[in-house]
Order: sequence, then structure tokens, then C-alpha cells
Amino acid sequence: MRSLAPLSGVLFASLVVSAGGAVADGIDKQDFKQIERGRYLTIIGDCAACHTLPGSGHDLAGGRAIETPFGVILAPNITPDPTTGIGAWSDEEFINAMTAGTGRNGAHLYPAMPYTYYTKITRGDALAIRAYLNTVPAVQNPVEPNQLPFPLNIRAAMKVWNELYFTPGTFVPNPNKSAEWNRGAYLAEGLGHCGLCHTPKTLLGGDKTAERLRGYALQGWFAADITSDPRRGIGGWSVDDIAKYLKTGHSQASIATGLMAETIGQSTSNMNDADLRAIATYLKDQPGRDGTAADPVPPEQSAMKMGARIYADECSGCHVSDGKGSAGLFPPLAKSALVQQIDPTSLMHVVLRGARSVATDAAPTAAAMPQFAWLLKDDEVAAVLTYIRNSWGNAAPAVSADEVGKARRALAERNE
Amino acid sequence: MHRINRRQLLPSSALALLMVSPAARATIIKGGLPWRPGSADPPTVVTPGGWHYFTSQEAATVEAFVDRLIPPDPQTPGGKDCGCAVFIDRQLAGPYGRAESMYMMGPFQPGTKQQGPQSPLTPAQQYRKALAALDAACRSKYGGKGFADLSDQQKDEVIEGLEHDAFKLDGFDGQSFFHTILTDTRNGFLADPIYGGNKDMAAWKMIGFPGTHYDYRDWIDRHNQTVTLPTVSIYSHPSWSQQ
Amino acid sequence: MARRLPRKDAVIIGLGWTGSILAHELTQAGLDVVAIERGPWRDTASDFPISYAQDELRYRLQHQLFLQPAQTSVTFRNNAGQTALPARNWGAFMLGNGVGGGGLHWNAETFRFLPSDFVLRSHLTQRYGDKFLPEDMTIQDWGVTFADLEPHYDEFEYLCGTSGTAGNVNGQILEGGNPFEGPRSRPYPTPAQKQGYGHTLFAEAAKQLGYKPYPQPSGNLSQSYTNPLGVTLGQCTFCGFCEWFGCANNSKATPQTTILPVLLRKPNFEARTESEVTRINLDRSGKWATGVTYVTSSGEELEQPADLVLLCAFQLFNVQLLLLSGIGTPYDPQTGNGQIGRNFTHQTMSSAVAFFDKDKYNFNPFIASGAIGMCIDEFNGDNFDHSQLGFVGGGYIGQVRTNGRPLESMAVPSGTPAWGLKWKHALRDNYLSSMTLGGACHASFQSYRDVYLDLDPTYKDRFGRPLMRLTIDLHDNELKMSAFLTDKYAEILKQMGAKEVIKQPRKGPYDITDYQTSHLCGGAIMGESPDNSAINRYLQSWDVPNLFVQGATAFPQNAGYNPTGTVGALAFWSAKAIVLQYLKNPGPLVHA
Repeated sequence: MRSLAPLSGVLFASLVVSAGGAVADGIDKQDFKQIERGRYLTIIGDCAACHTLPGSGHDLAGGRAIETPFGVILAPNITPDPTTGIGAWSDEEFINAMTAGTGRNGAHLYPAMPYTYYTKITRGDALAIRAYLNTVPAVQNPVEPNQLPFPLNIRAAMKVWNELYFTPGTFVPNPNKSAEWNRGAYLAEGLGHCGLCHTPKTLLGGDKTAERLRGYALQGWFAADITSDPRRGIGGWSVDDIAKYLKTGHSQASIATGLMAETIGQSTSNMNDADLRAIATYLKDQPGRDGTAADPVPPEQSAMKMGARIYADECSGCHVSDGKGSAGLFPPLAKSALVQQIDPTSLMHVVLRGARSVATDAAPTAAAMPQFAWLLKDDEVAAVLTYIRNSWGNAAPAVSADEVGKARRALAERNE
Repeated sequence: MHRINRRQLLPSSALALLMVSPAARATIIKGGLPWRPGSADPPTVVTPGGWHYFTSQEAATVEAFVDRLIPPDPQTPGGKDCGCAVFIDRQLAGPYGRAESMYMMGPFQPGTKQQGPQSPLTPAQQYRKALAALDAACRSKYGGKGFADLSDQQKDEVIEGLEHDAFKLDGFDGQSFFHTILTDTRNGFLADPIYGGNKDMAAWKMIGFPGTHYDYRDWIDRHNQTVTLPTVSIYSHPSWSQQ
Repeated sequence: MARRLPRKDAVIIGLGWTGSILAHELTQAGLDVVAIERGPWRDTASDFPISYAQDELRYRLQHQLFLQPAQTSVTFRNNAGQTALPARNWGAFMLGNGVGGGGLHWNAETFRFLPSDFVLRSHLTQRYGDKFLPEDMTIQDWGVTFADLEPHYDEFEYLCGTSGTAGNVNGQILEGGNPFEGPRSRPYPTPAQKQGYGHTLFAEAAKQLGYKPYPQPSGNLSQSYTNPLGVTLGQCTFCGFCEWFGCANNSKATPQTTILPVLLRKPNFEARTESEVTRINLDRSGKWATGVTYVTSSGEELEQPADLVLLCAFQLFNVQLLLLSGIGTPYDPQTGNGQIGRNFTHQTMSSAVAFFDKDKYNFNPFIASGAIGMCIDEFNGDNFDHSQLGFVGGGYIGQVRTNGRPLESMAVPSGTPAWGLKWKHALRDNYLSSMTLGGACHASFQSYRDVYLDLDPTYKDRFGRPLMRLTIDLHDNELKMSAFLTDKYAEILKQMGAKEVIKQPRKGPYDITDYQTSHLCGGAIMGESPDNSAINRYLQSWDVPNLFVQGATAFPQNAGYNPTGTVGALAFWSAKAIVLQYLKNPGPLVHA
């Protein structure tokens, strides 16, 4: 690992170059409060989720492959290394990257970097993040982010995409809402970038804003509806429930797994309670579907009968015959929003491949669901999922054997 | 949507990275409970048809033998139709037959009964030897007929003789073989059908064992009542598709 | 030449119950700890899920979650006049392997020993005179008392969420519990499990005969429970595939379900699996451990230096490692000298099979857990007057049937042939209405001069190291005791309405092929002096002060209960001494 000497040389140089300007820029290198605030903000923004290669031991040094609908992008090195990181960037260039979607020399960033969301942050917050990033160990790690196939690798094409899907600008508080709501909106729509996973996308990969937060399928999972829909979203959850879920991975209604487990483990479980409640308050006010559903599939239907018997033999040992699960261990299926998502991708994933639930300090047990792909055929998976989606007050579209077969093949290809 | 071959992507978890470390097979675990999606070690389900270890002659002998140890009756098939010989065949063809889990280092010397079996022969080798000796002994006593060709009464005579160490086999302890094949036959009869025996869970249905159900919370308080759950096994659940 | 790794504060040999408890306590105290485990990582969803855990052939008969004798085994003889031969397959006991050790697939029967058990020689001599004990019986006092261990029994039970009914809380005898138990400071963390039909009938019959039956304390939980570490366990579903098997729904207390989720998150803990420790290394004085040498599955030899060594393997392998590392003096049965290998004990098990009218009784034996059952303690320990009986010791007697697994439930009435239609029909007619399965009388096993462990002169493991040699037979004391207890059990069965009872008291010679629990004890026993023990009251080696030897190796003799509760209590007791005393001033904690 390179020593810090060249780094301090660069900082020193910029200090010399802009003698009084360092403080005027808003970054005081001795302002530990600002640095700590910046660190906290990077947790909310979950920079590490993309910019840290797991197991590398080098935080934020980039190189991690990010899946996009268009191909793979490698996250750049955002340590202060002057040649391979962002150490030589000016603060304005850094702020532009976060809020305008432009890199050094004005080149367009791909929206895998969620500038469409980060644009909302205040200048002060952006500078705080910069202040913190200036303090992480500089790592020399050259990364060529652009791995997309032609013609997508032509960054200039992003100009058109931005016209369609990017509305730059700092968050504007809503004067008719509480301070808590506004804080939650600022976080969820900004650094928290919830919609990046939870909002459905157009063919070009932009947000379908009319269906904000109603769920989106990515990387073999379905990021659930988190609107106020009382059946499929978090409408039936209290603010406490939502905050507890983000903090511990557990609520009365759900236990986090899959991609959200990573987010909770790395990001939200390290946020303070006030911010989590603010996000919860905001989400509960987001419009969604009204919770009505078609009538549940009747129990006499043959898939339901098969599903009931499979459930009794393979599922009730943990999830219990009444679907209520076991608090803190096996999530309830009865009245579960996750079970009733219109898109059953996550359910098929969990049944076919199993899943480990998140471990947090407050809730370390991290029980795992075993895989059933070896035992259950496509029609059997479809039957048991149809059964749980339409029992105990649940109502959701039946799952077909075809869907299960496609999911099985897709998951195998993903090696997951 | 661009289809990603996940193998091209780096592992998305520090733990997974450590577990697939090529350095040494000693697995190093830290940072949390390991997880590999799809991880499981399910049993290999025996597929019927053919013999994987026995010659057709040996198979005929064993089928005849198991059908006398557990004869058919109107309600429940016997050892042969329950697949006990198939069970034994598949076991002998696999790690059990090769004594893979046993301590097979020498020196080999006979000991007391309390010291347990000390044979240098694997179970598969023992069967081969014993079956040959059995047939030879039968031919000698019953005018050239091997065990499989004897009448039921004669077969029973032979088995009783083995059981009481009265019917001697040349070069093999017949009484010991009797105990081995009796144990293996019972195992085939009553083990999960995935192993080739207990066909259609016939033995479980006979005794009233409902199988591999896991959740009896609704039954623990129902003392002295017949459990009415359908019989299920690890891989076979006929009740699932009944209407 | 082994490659030397960076130093750790503590190295733990074996990641079973005691390894996990010690690792947690030491990492809490801030030590940098590595645990080296011979077997593989094991966890619920990947190794014993609900879709295939219920496999009697694989897990009970072929014991696939256990050590396979091909990896290493032991040799056995009844007495020094015989040549010991290898156990080529398991029989009398089965040895654990892998993370969780035996704690992964145990019954979860969670007992405490009696107060008198810890001072057994003093107690019996005082009551019956010093001529009462056979001359070759080498039982001893432990060096700790029940009162010393009570808070740690409590710690272990609350770690596990043990389900039970207290019989004696701070001296107050409570209805429904065991009136003979030593006083506990508070009730069990969860209520006793529900009982099946056979267990309930047994309790009623026992009451009619004047006994006080109590529910067996169970680590298969009656309800969901979150332990003091914040780990949550589930509710047992009475699947009947408990002992020998992994639990598919997190309802059996194991290291996996109680400690490991928290332990593995600690930055100062690391587990290395499929690595076998071959030696504890000592400095030139031979009085201080410098760490361990171990071999990975690819055959690479590594040295792990550490300031503190915790020997947390299974009892037999603890003793083997001590002998192979040259720690302490090997026991010589001729002279009686040497502490390592002596006072080796097992458990005296017996039962009776009872047959009931199949048209009136259906026991649904498959609805059960590993620690379900109703027991009586009237004939345990010294709870009864032995003066005219000609033996010492005792055990709990209980209807503790754990399963109706078909291959273990083939009891047929006496006179039934072993094969043929009569056998088949007897099986059919008696499966639901018979009361079978061993272990109804779970009794003590005293220690003797001629029952011991040492290194075999002939048979080796794959590294060329000598196997452990067991020299063990049953003495008159245990045979008389077993006959007595079995008679008592049979009486209760008859009182229940059995039409036939076949008594199966323990008979000699000790048979390595006949399963008698895996409760092997002793071999490096604890005591008050290096003259009669290998480790002191804190489980610290008298010979090597930075070595602590955990587990049932410490028991000077075995009592009439399952040992794990006491093993757990001793682990917490020892850990406390290490953290509060030893770490502040490394060196001998007891000056004898």
C-alpha cells in the first residue's frame, strides 16, 4: 500500500495553491464534526456497496462490478489517491459528480452512479462527504469503469438519457409537511436512493415515476413495493416497524434477506433512529395501489390443494400451520407484503436457492431458509407459492410452473 | 436485459470469497455465518433397474433369500417386491460396500465377540464370498440346486441352519453372514425408499409409521389417537398430487 | 518443518460446546482467538434442512454427521490380558466431528448432577464407612462443589433456553419438579416440553407407586426463546429425528443455535475448519505451552503460536493429545502412578421392553423429541439407602423414548422368531403399542483401577500417531446396580398395564458393539492435588499452567445423569477463572 506521503503532498500543494481557499471551499481539515458527518452520510448513501470490493481490505478503492440492465460497469476508486482515485479532483468536480452526473472534465457518468438521486443533497452535505473521503486511506488501484459493449460505451449518449430521466437540483422541502417528513424525503429521495432498486424502470433504464417505489426485479430478486399499499407495500406497518426493520433487519412482518440484507447490514442498521423514523414517516405517505386484490385463488383449486400438502410437509415445521412463523426467526407468511408482491421473483429465489437472513447487532441469529430446488419440481414450487400467496387472508396472482422453470434457469446461470 | 454470467463477476460477499480461497482446503471462517446460495447435500435417490454390484446369479440368490426373511402376505409385499435386494445391491456398490467409513488399517486379527467385526474384507467382498459359498453348500446338499432354485421349505431349512450355525459354509462363517444379511434386509425393508427398498413405503404403512413428517405440534396432545396423516418419505409424497 | 503463523492470544482446539463457550467468553474479554476444528463447518440450512434431515439410514445407522472411523478410531480390550483391537465401526459410542461437535446432534438432555456427586468419596465414606467401597474403586471428590457450579449451570441453561420444571428453588421444593435436585437459584428459562402418551402414562404409574416423576430437562425448546447473547431459538415440533440428527428448525440448543451467530461476527475471532491439531507444543522447560501444530486437509502442517491453549476436543481426543504432547505422566495401572488416562468411565445403561394390548394402546412413538420424557430420581446417586444393597451409585429411571424410527423400533415379544412371517406380523402388531428403546435407566459408572486409557502400541491413525486404547469392563458394582434399577423400571411398566415386560439389565463383558451413550468421561480428571488429578478445580493443567482442559475429561467418575449440563457449567466456571484471575496474572491458579 502506498504511503500517505504523496497524499499529504497533494493536499499541501492544494493548500498552498489555494491558501485561504481551503476553508472558503467549505472543508476545514480539522473540522472533525464535518468529517464525522460526512462518514455518516456515506453510510446512508452506502457508497461502500458499490465502491468497495468485498474481501479486498481496501475500502472504497473501486473495482467492484456493478450489474446494470445494459452490462457491467466497474465502480471507480474514490479514495484520495491522486492518480487512480479522486485525490486530484477539485471540490466542484466532486460535487458535480454527485449532483450533475459528470466526472472529471465533464464526461457523463452512467446512472449506475445514482446521481439522479444524489442530486438532491445540499452542498454542505456533499462537502462533508468529500471531507470524509479525503481522510480514508489512499489506495492505488486503477479502474477502467466503462466495460459496457458498443455503442453503450459512448458516454456522450448519456446526454439524451439525462434529458429524459434526470432532473437535477437540490431537495426542496414541502412546506405542508412536517420536518420529520421532509428529513425522510431528503434521505429517501436523495442519498438513500431507495427508488434505484424499488422503482420500476423503463426499457431505457429510467425510473417510471408514475409507479414510484412499487417494486422492481433485479439481479434475481424483486425489490418490494414500499409504498403505502396496505397489502403489498408498507401501509400496514407502523413507523416503529419500518424503523425497526431498517435498524435490525426484523419487524413483526418481515425478516430481511437477499440484496436488502446487504443494505441493512452495511447501511441502514448504522443510521440513527431519528433518521430511520423520518424515512419511515415519508414512505408511509407515498401513494401506491390501494391494497385491493382479485379474489384469492380458492382452496379447492388443484394447485392450492397440492400447495397445502407441500406446505404441511416442508414448510410448516418453521413457518407454522397458521403461517405466522416464529418471531425473530422464521418470517410470517400470513398477511406478508413480500409474499403478496405481484412479481414472485423473490419468492421463487428463496424457495429454489434458499437465503440467509441479515445479521445485525440487535438481531444476530441470521437464520437461513434452505434450498428446495433439489426436491421440488417446477409445478410443485408453483403450487406451494400459489398456496401461501392465497391463504390466511393473502391474495396474489397464482405462480405458474413456467415462471418457476425460467427462474430456476436464470438463477443457475447467475450461479446463485 | 443483458444476461450476466455471474462467474464473470466477483463474489458479492467477503465470506464467499474466503470460503472459495484456493490456498488450502482448510476453510477459514470469520466475519459472520457463511452462506452459499443453493448450498445443500441431499441424498442420492436410487434409480430402479439393473444391478450395480450383484451378478445376475448373486441377485437371484439374494432376492430369494430376502423373500424368505420377510415373506409376502396379502397386505404387504415381501422382501423381494419391497426392493430389499435392490437396496443391498446399491449399498454394496457404494461407499458402504467399500467400507469407506470404516477403520481398515491392519493388522487384522480375530478378537472376542465384544471387540466387534475384524474382517479385512469389505462388506461387498464378504457378500461375494459368502454367496458363492452358500450356493456351493446348497448344491452339495440339495442335489446340484443353488439356493435360488430350492423350494421355500428347503430355503427356510438352510436359513435356519445358518442362523444356528448348523449349516456350514466352506471358507465363510455362515452364522455371521446370516446376521449380516438379516440386518441389511431389515434396513432395506424399513429405511427410506430413496435407498431402493421399502417400495411405496409399504413397510412404513404396515407398522403405522407416517414417515418423514416434521411438525407434530397439532398431535402431541392427542394421546392414544391414530395419526391420520398421509405417509410421506424424503423424496416421495404421493399425497401431494392426490385430489 | 511446519510453517509458523502469526501469534494469537488464545488457540482453541475443537469448536464444539466447550470450544464455543470458551471462545465467546475470551473474545468478550478482548482476546484475539482462533479455534481449530478437525471437521467441517455445519449449519442448519446447508447441512440438515427439513427436506432431508429425517434420514435414519444416513444419520443414525451410517452416522454421517459423526467422525468416521476411517479418519481415526480407537482400540478396545476388556482387560490387560487381551490384545486391544480397533473399533472398525462405531458401536458402544459415537464420536462427534465438525463445528458444533457432539453438541450439534445430541439429545439435548440437560441435567445437573447432585450435590453429593461432587463429593462422592467423602459422602459415601461418611454414610457407609470406609470399608463399603470396593478396594479397586478409585472414585474421588471433584475439588468443586455443586454450590460453586450452580451459577454456571444456570448460565448454561439460560444460554440454551432449557425447558423444564424446577423442583427445588433456593431450598423450596416445588410440585412437579425433581424433589431431589440440588437447590437452584431460579426456575428453568422455558417451561417443560409437552409429553406424549407413553411418557404421561409412565408418570401416572410412577405416582401410583409413590414416586415423584418430573419432566426431563430438555434443550429441545417448548417455546421460542431469545438467549442473553441475543440469539433466538425456535419451538420444537416433536419430529422424532433428534439425537444423531441435526435439527432443521433451530429448536435444539446447539453451538450453532446459541453462540456461533454472535461469535462469528466478532472481529477478534476466527475459525479454521477441516484442520486437525496433532500436537500441543511446549517450550524447552516442558512446563509452558507455546501453541499447537495442526494439519490442513491438503496435508500442510502449520504452527499456531498462542499464549493460552484451550483443549476443547472430545474426551478421548483430549487425553490422546495430552499423551502425544508429553503433558503429564501417563497412567500405569500396575503402579497406580500417573494421572493421564486414569479414571476412565462410561455410563451404565439398561432398559426393558414392554408390550401392551394393541387394541387399547397407541403410543405414536414417532411424536417425540430427544429430551422428552418423565423421570424419577428416587434411585439416583445416594438418594436411597445402599447399606443392604451391595452397590453404590444409581441413575434416573424414566420413560424417555425419543422416537419411533422404524429401524430402531423393531421390538417383538419373546419367543418371536428373528425372521419370517411371524416376525413380520409381530413387527406389524407391536410397533405402535410397545414401549421400547434403550436408555430407560441412565446410571452412574464408577471409576476403577483397571479401567483406563493409554496409547495403543500397534494401531495408528493416518498421521502415524497411536490410537487411543480403551481398557474397560463392567464391575460387579455396576452390574448389581443395573439389575436393581431395571427391576424398578419393570415394576413401573407393569403398573402401566404392560402385558409382557422383557428386562434388559446391563450385562458384562463390556461390549464395544452395543450402544451405551457417548458419555465417555475421565482420563484427565480434576481434583484438589496434582497427586490425584491432572487438572485443578479450574480445569487448569497442573503441569502446564497456560493449558486448560475442558469437557467430561474432568469427571473423576460419572454420575447418574447425562453429562453435558455439567460440561457446560464447568466451561463457564473455568472461563470465569481465566478471565477474572488468570489473565490478570498468568500462572498456576491453585498452589497445592
